[in-house]
This record gives sequence, C-alpha cells and structure tokens, in this order.
Amino acid sequence: MPESFINVVWLVPFFPAASALLMLLVGRRLSRPVISWLCCGTVFLSFLVSVGVFFELLRLPATDRLREVSLFTWIPSLPLLSEAGTQSFQVEWAYLVDPLSAVMILVVSGVGFLIHVYSIGYMAHEGGYYRYFGYLNLFMFMMLTLVLANNLLLMFIGWEGVGLCSYLLIGFWFLKKSAADAGKKAFVVNRIGDAGFLLGIFLTATTFGTLSFVGVNSILAGGQFAAGSSAITAITILLFIGATGKSAQLPLYVWLPDAMEGPTPVSALIHAATMVTAGVYMVARTNALYRLAPFTLEVVAIVGAVTAIYAASMAMVQTDIKRVLAYSTISQLGYMFLACGVGAFAAGIFHLSTHAYFKALLFLGSGAVIHALAGEQDIRKMGGLWAKLPITGKTFLVAALAIAGIPPLAGFFSKDEILWRAFANGNWLVWGLGTVTALMTAFYMLRLVILTFFGGSRRSPEVEHHLHEAPRSMTVPLILLAGLSIVGGLVGIPAVLGGGNRFEHFLEPVFGHAAAAPSHALEFVLMVLSVVVGLLGILVAYVFYLKRPEIPAQLARRFSGLHQLVYNKYYVDEVYSKVFVEGPVLGKAMGDTFGRFDLKVIDGIGVDGSAWLTRFTSQLSIWWDTWIVDGAVNLVGWTVWILNWPARALQTGLVQRYALWMAAGVALLLFYYVQRYILGS
Amino acid sequence: MDYFRDTILNWVLFVPLVGALVLLAIPGDRKNLIRWVANLFAFAGLLVALPLVAWYDKTEAGFQFTIAKDWIPSIGASYRVGIDGISFLLVMLTVVLGFIAILSSWSFIQKRVKEYYIMFLVLQVGMLGVFMALDFFLFYVFWEVMLVPMYFIIGIWGHERKLYAAIKFFLYTLLGSVLMLLGILGLYFFHSGLHAAGAACPAIDAAGHAIDTFSIPVYLELGKVLPVPWQVWIFWAFFISFAIKVPMVPFHTWLPDAHVEAPTAGSVILAGVLLKMGTYGLMRFSLPIFPDATRMYAPYLAVLSIIAIIYGALVCMMQKDMKRLIAYSSVSHLGFVTLGIFMLNHTALSGSLLQQVNHGISTGALFLIVGLLYERRHTREIAQFGGLATPMPIFATLYMIISLASMGMPLLNGFIGEVTILIGTFQVNKVWAGFAVVGIVLAAAYLLWLYQRVMWGEVTNPANKGLRDVNLREAVTLVPLVLWCFWIGVYPKPYFEVLDKPIALLVQRVEVAQPAMPVAVTLPETEEETPSEP
Repeated sequence: MPESFINVVWLVPFFPAASALLMLLVGRRLSRPVISWLCCGTVFLSFLVSVGVFFELLRLPATDRLREVSLFTWIPSLPLLSEAGTQSFQVEWAYLVDPLSAVMILVVSGVGFLIHVYSIGYMAHEGGYYRYFGYLNLFMFMMLTLVLANNLLLMFIGWEGVGLCSYLLIGFWFLKKSAADAGKKAFVVNRIGDAGFLLGIFLTATTFGTLSFVGVNSILAGGQFAAGSSAITAITILLFIGATGKSAQLPLYVWLPDAMEGPTPVSALIHAATMVTAGVYMVARTNALYRLAPFTLEVVAIVGAVTAIYAASMAMVQTDIKRVLAYSTISQLGYMFLACGVGAFAAGIFHLSTHAYFKALLFLGSGAVIHALAGEQDIRKMGGLWAKLPITGKTFLVAALAIAGIPPLAGFFSKDEILWRAFANGNWLVWGLGTVTALMTAFYMLRLVILTFFGGSRRSPEVEHHLHEAPRSMTVPLILLAGLSIVGGLVGIPAVLGGGNRFEHFLEPVFGHAAAAPSHALEFVLMVLSVVVGLLGILVAYVFYLKRPEIPAQLARRFSGLHQLVYNKYYVDEVYSKVFVEGPVLGKAMGDTFGRFDLKVIDGIGVDGSAWLTRFTSQLSIWWDTWIVDGAVNLVGWTVWILNWPARALQTGLVQRYALWMAAGVALLLFYYVQRYILGS
Repeated sequence: MDYFRDTILNWVLFVPLVGALVLLAIPGDRKNLIRWVANLFAFAGLLVALPLVAWYDKTEAGFQFTIAKDWIPSIGASYRVGIDGISFLLVMLTVVLGFIAILSSWSFIQKRVKEYYIMFLVLQVGMLGVFMALDFFLFYVFWEVMLVPMYFIIGIWGHERKLYAAIKFFLYTLLGSVLMLLGILGLYFFHSGLHAAGAACPAIDAAGHAIDTFSIPVYLELGKVLPVPWQVWIFWAFFISFAIKVPMVPFHTWLPDAHVEAPTAGSVILAGVLLKMGTYGLMRFSLPIFPDATRMYAPYLAVLSIIAIIYGALVCMMQKDMKRLIAYSSVSHLGFVTLGIFMLNHTALSGSLLQQVNHGISTGALFLIVGLLYERRHTREIAQFGGLATPMPIFATLYMIISLASMGMPLLNGFIGEVTILIGTFQVNKVWAGFAVVGIVLAAAYLLWLYQRVMWGEVTNPANKGLRDVNLREAVTLVPLVLWCFWIGVYPKPYFEVLDKPIALLVQRVEVAQPAMPVAVTLPETEEETPSEP
C-alpha cells in the first residue's frame, strides 16, 4: 500500500460532511446516543485517515512529500490574460497533501475529535442536540477543506464555511438576543476581512493566472516577480486583511470576545484551537508570496506583536473566565503572526499546534468549571475548587503552565522558538514586545488559576450543593489534552538543547531551510531569560492573588485611570460600537435617503411628473379640441346660423305662417298700391 | 423521435398554450380540476424541455434546434426559433420556475382561478418565445404578449395597491418596447438599404439581392457594417428598453411596486424570469449588433451597474416590508449581472449569465419564502414576525440556505457567479471590482439581519405561536431550488461548458473592428456581373 491513504485524503473532510448532512436532514428523529456515536465516529475516522496520511508522508523522501489529489474540475478553463503571461485559468477541486497540511489535519481532526467527545457530556442537558452536532460536523468538514485545499478559491470555501458555522454556533442559543447579536457581529466583521481575501484572490488570479499554491510557487520560483514588486505586496496585504478578520488581530479582533456567547466546546474548537488559526495557516501556506513582500512581512510582524501585548493587557484584568481565555487567544494568535512576520513560519505553525492543545484544554477546563457551577462564569465568585474538581484543576494547571512557557511543557518550546527567531532576525522591537507579553501571559494565566481553584471559596451557597466533577466523557478529553500539552513540544526541541527540531525539519519542504543560528550561546541566554520571565509572572500572580490579595486593589486605586482604561478594554468596543452601530445607522440613513429619492424624485418627479404631464397635455388638447378646433368649426356654424336667421324665420314650414306672410304681403302691396295710385295721384 | 427532436422547441413553446386552450373549455367553478390541469400542463412543459439537456451540443457556438417557417413573406417576417447556450439556460430556468410558480399558487389563488391559470400559461409562452425567437418580428410579438398577462396578474390578483403597480409596470415597459420597435425598424431599413447602396450585406438571395428580413442571425452580423452614428441611436433605443426591464438604476422604481403588489407566483416569475429578458436582450442584441457603441458606453454603464449594486443594497437596509426588501435586493443583484455584461470579456460574461440563472433560483425562492409567510399571517411586515425558527424548523433551514445562496456563500450558486463576474471585472478595472465587493458585504448584512429579525429570538407575537411548518407541496416548490443552488455551487462545470462557445462568439463579435464605411466592404461579384449582360 504505497499511497493508499494519500489517494483517499478526500475522506478526511467527507466523513464529517456525511454525518453533518445526515444530522441536518434526519437528525431530529435520531436518539442522542446514535447522534453521539455517529458524529464523534466520523471525526475519529477522519483522524485515522489523517494519521495514515501522515505516516505515508513520513515514509516518502523529504523532497517528494507533495501530492495533489484532484477530485474534479470545479471552474473549467476561462480565458484570462495574466501578468505572468498565462492565457486562461481554471480551478480544480483538489486537495494538497504536504507536511504542512498533514500537520494541520492531524491537529484539527485530533483536537476536534476530543472536543466532540467532550461535547457529549457538556451538551447532555441541552435542546437541539442534533443541530449542535450537525453544525459541529459541518465545521469539521469546512475546516478540513480549508487546510487541505490546493488553491485559494477552495480555501475560501472552507474559510467562509467555518465562518458560517461559527455564526451558527455562536448563535446556537438563538433565543438569547446577545447570542444572536454576537453571531451577527462575528459574521459581519469577518465579512469585512473576507472582502480583502476575495480581492486578494482576484489579484492573484489576474497576476499569476492560477490560484493553486503549487502553481503560484512554481511561477515565483521562475523568478519572474522580484521581491517587493507591487502586485505581490498588494496580494499579501489583501490576504493579510482577510487573516486579521478570521484570526482576530488588530483591528478586527472585536468579534472574538463576544463570540464566547456560544457553547464552551465551540469556543474551544472554533475560537481557540482551529478556526481562528486559519489566518496563520493561510499566511504560512502562501509563505512563498510573503517572502517576496518584505513590507508586508514587517506589517505582519508588527500587527502580531502589538496585538499580542495589547490583548494580554486586557486579559490581565478581565473577570469572566472565558473572556480571559478569549483575550489570551487573541494574544497567542498575535505570537503566531509575529513568527510569520519574522519569517519563522515553521515556528508559527509549531506554536499553532501546541496552542491548539493547551488552549483547547483551558477552554474545556473552563467549561467543566462552568458546568460544575451551573453556568457561573465570573472568577470573583469562584475560588477553592482545587479539591472539589481534582481532574479539572490539575489539567487546567498543566495547560496554564504550558502557555506560561514553563519547560518542558509544550508552550515553552514553541514560544521560545518564536522569540529566538525574532531576535535572530534582528527585529528587537518585536522580540521585546513578545518577551513582555510572555511575562504578562504567565501572570494572567496564574491569576486565573489561583482565583478559580485556590484561596477561599467565594461561591454562593446555591451553587455549592450543585458542585460536581464533570462526567467521564468530559474528563477523558481533558486528560488526553493535558498529556499533549506536556509532551506536544518535544517534537520541536531545538538544537541548543540537544534536540533535532524535528518539527521544523519536517516542514522544510514547505518553508525552506531556516537560517543557521548565529550563536548557540546567545540562544541559550535568551532561553533562560524567557524562563525567568515566565517564572517572574507566576511569582507576581502568586504574591498578588494568594499571598497578599490586597495588592491588586491598591494598585487599581493607585493607577485608577490606567486600570479603568484597560478594564474597559481601551474603550475600543465603545468606539467600534459607535462605528458598527452608527455605521449601519449611516448605511440605513443612506438607504433611507435613497429610498426616499426613489419615492420622491424618480417616482414623484419622473413617473408621477410624466403622468401629470400626460394628463395635462391631454387636458390641453381637450381644451384645444373643444375651444379652438371645435370652436372654429362652431364659429363657422354660428356665423352661418347668425347670418341665416332671416331666412330661417321665413322658412318655418308652417302653411298657416306662409299664408300669414302672403296675406301680409298682399296687404302691403295693397297698401302701397292704394297710397301710390289711388291716394297719391 | 427524430420528428420530436426536430420540433422540440415547438413543443416546449406551445404545450403551455395548449394548456391555456384546454382551460378555456373547463367551467370556471370547477376550481380543483382547473388547478390539476394547469399544473399538469406546466409539468408537461417542463418534461418536454428536459431532452434538451441531453441533446444540446456544447461544441456548437450557433443556434440549435432551429425551426423556420415563412410567416408574412411580404415584409420578410418569419416564424423562426432556435437556442444557443445563452438562451438554453434561460429556457430551462423558465420552464422550471414556471412550473414551480404555478404549483405555488395552488392555495393562494382563490378567486377567478380559471383566468389566473390561463394568464399564467400564456405568460409562460411569451417568456419562452422571447428567449427562443430568432426573428425580430416574432421576438417583438412575444415581448408584448408577455406584458399583457403580467399586467392582469398584478392588477387582478395583487395586493392593496395593485392597480397602481400594474399600470406603472405596463407603461414603463411599454415605453421601452416602443423605443425598441423603432430600433428594430431602423435595423430593418438599414439592412434593406444596404442593398440599395450596393454594399454586401449579410442576407442576400441567390441573385445577390438583399432580402427584406427580420432574421436575428442575420442582424447579429450587422455589427460589422452598421455605421457608428446608426449604432449609437439604435443602441440607446434598445438599451432603454432593456434597462427598464432589468431594471437598471434609475429605471428601477416600477420593480418594487410590481413585486410587492404581485401575487407570490407573479413575483417569482417577475424576479426569476422577466428581469432576465432585459439582461438577455443586452447580451443577445446590444453587444453584437452595436459593438462600437457598446464599447464606447460600457464604462459608463459599468459605473451605473456598480451604483445599482450599492444603491439597491443600501435601500434594502431601510425596508420594513419583506417583499420590498427582496425586490430591492434584485436591483443590487442585477447590478452584478449588468456589470458582468459591460465588462465585455469572456469570464465576466459567463459569470453574468450564470448569475442570471442564480438570481432566478435564489430570488425566486426568496419570494416563495415570503409568500409562504404571507399565506400564514397575511402580512409582509418584518416587525410582525420574530422567532419563527421555533414553530417552523424545516422552514428555518430552507430559508437559511436560500439566504446564504443569495448572499454569495461558497458552495452555493451565487458565489460562483459573483466570483467569475468579479474576476472578469478585475481584469478591466480593479477599483470597480473593489466597489462591487462592498455589495457582497452589504448583502450579507441585510439578508442576515432580515433572517435574524424574522426567524430568531423568542416568539413575541402570539399570532406566530402555532404557525404550521412547510407542507409537502410547499417543500416540493422549495427543495428543488435548494438542490439546484448546491449543484451550481459545487459543480458549475456543465454550465460553463454550455456557455463557452456562444460566449466566445459573442466576445468575438463585440471585439470586431469597425470599417470606416459600410461601402468599403467588398462588393458581391454578382452585382458587378449584371450590367455586362444586356
């Protein structure tokens, strides 16, 4: 069986697609166990195929690890004269198997499967079970399509598809207005980014005459396009706008915290482990373009670094457990972009995968806490849960230490790799921001752990008796993810620690060889520094929230202005809601104006005006006809009538009158005769 | 079978007419019988058209299945029908939507049932005739024939302001068709005059004399010889007629009124098919017959199309009436179609025609959705609804899919059409494409907002509590359209293949270079030989 799994790689997205279709068509009639087995089972099958693909790829020589599996021609050849000189372009429905997509499908289907299993317990008491799993499976299909796509347009299908599923799942509890609103906000903000992505696709098509990654790479390898050429800079900027929308970077990050309205496993799967990393994946996938756009890379690095520190600062003061994690996700995504921006794509993808483990674990852990506390999400009302929720507590702590960068947990290796690359790249500003962020990350994660699990209980009594550890279907995924968070980084042990950095070497066919490290000694120093920074953050959190809990309040009072600013998330939501509320208001006002324009001007003046004009002219012609045309005719008649009245007076047709006239005439003649001849003479 | 194959277009065209005649013979009070007969004939009209799918030859650029018979020989008018890829897709759209529209009227139409179905079947004949006619005289007859039943459908079975809407619709369209008639006559006399001028012309008889003819295939060749001033005048005469029909801004205000007042099936046909007659006219006639005028004005008309895209979308935002909102969304969507047309390149034109089909499917389905709600609640006001997803889950799913199709979600039909149009536009002018993309973002906003207001949240209005979900008949009207959306979205290849050759021919005709004077064309040899004989 040389490549039997690679040839059927399309099964990876199609297993969940099949069960999604089944759920949406007949899911209503199926029982819960059937739904659970079916939906988790298909994702597990996807995972198995992904494992098969991965090992088949490993067996191939490193230079030959690239396969395109075409299903059919999606958009057949259309004439298009590109800048690269091609005459036509077409789009295949084809999947690309290479080390990058192999890693991605493993992470997506693996973490996805665990979250599916977890959902069985978490959603056990909710209505719309089939709908939930249908959407979740649909999401898996879209996400796997996204990462397997061999061209930008097919990737865009997955891209829009995951956005749609995110919309549907955020708004899953659609009876709640805030949920429906959050869903809409996510969708519309994402669409703004998508518009950039779409324009990037068009520009790619007209520049290269192809949308396939392999095709673009081979044209670029031809050296026809120089580094920094305007077309490539424009393409990469447009694509990056798309990425900032999907991956919640400045300035389009605002939808992600609101997206926490959705069920917690959804937050774990979509808004932490997979979908939001799509932007990073896209940048990494098109790295050949980005390498030729130094300006864009600079932008990516800065946006990533600034987002990382900015979001971390907000995470430090949030009081909603899920929102802390949401800001943390934004911050960690910033790290990944930072990595891409300094050209360390492999490190970005490495962090993407380790982040998927520990952030999914954090969300699922927070879900278990929320579940246990009957829906309570405010960490000020938690505390002292360590003994009550032993498994959740321990796994949560593991994940927190992993994200804080404590060796040898997963986060340490990936984060350190990123910071080292930034430094080695000479991008000290970015490195500095990243290091400070690491300190803040360690601080807010431990703050979260301490406030949730340690100290005295601040829970309300009615929550107290409800308290219980999560069922097995929820704790088993927690334990497995904790395992991954511990060992997940070992695939990327850097050379300085005696490892082979096998992860990076595996991805070399996609990203090329990393530049040789300038100095191992320097790398080691920086590594120690970042560990110290992480420990420092933990120590501060320990002092602030366990040892002397009065300090945070004092600080907040002392720097009340700053605290208020950060606590209120820099008022960006207020500004945005002005834009996003008044933007639509403005749109509506314009729509209103246009609508009235239609009514008053086009219809009023144009249509009704011409109707009035027609009626007026017709009245005018009636008047003309009546008074002028008919008038002239009548005038003639009248004149004749006037002139002929004497004759008319005579010719009455009455014999008696004729006799009278005759008699009168005779009398007149008689009178004349008598006068003239008888009396006159 | 050969006989059927040779005359298939007659069957497609006249089966609905036969249906109308049969209905005439049924007493008006036997309503259910009338409904059955009308639906059967509509379905039969669909069935006889299906073999076209198998028999249509994708490798052929010209007209197929042509039938030609003399009609009024003294002026050169003939009965001539035929289809190419462009009209083939629109004919298929018409037969499918026509059947679905008639099926959807079953319970909605309660008064004057007999007249209604007769009107509808005659309307069907008129629309099919417009897409099939290969003779301008015949084309004009069908163009006008279709106007009358639509006028009555709006005027008799419409809603509150039906008379106003019907008159407005009629007069607007009539104004356009009169101008078009002038244009046709202009072409007719130009063609006859070519002979007098001693120039070559496309249609000559055996003796080399120009034939008086209305033949469309002949006229399509006129673009090579028609002088630019003639092109300009006749272009505008045709353009105004088609622009009213599409409708393009600023000729669009008849549309919201007509859509809102028309009964559901009327709106479905109006949006689904009637509007396409305008865009079809632009593609079929304006581009090839007036290539120079088209190239001259295309940039302005493209900008007008972009204005329509954004204008229509913004007006959607403020609508309180569901039907009016969807009517204005048509203005926006048709803006994409006309934008694609005036880009004058293969990609955009293919996308444009595909988008005509897409719009017919998704907007037709959206009007069915509104009609369904209207039948239950007798209102179209958005504020009257809310939370309908709870009592009507199946409806909620169908409506969601159709909304997504309409806003251009990948895997559904609208995406393919918009992307191909935009790629074609991008080749011509990147800024235009950028503005048009704004239309896509706005479409998501107004359609989702509408969906959210109607379907999500708690049921606040007690009248909406016990609403019935879709029944079997309603599902039969909607599900095929949903499946069609997916088909085009996932596997549009057959559509592009059907369009490939005819669009290539069209592009070739638009790109033809205009000779300075028609006389410069080589004289036919016969003309030179005749003087030497006596």
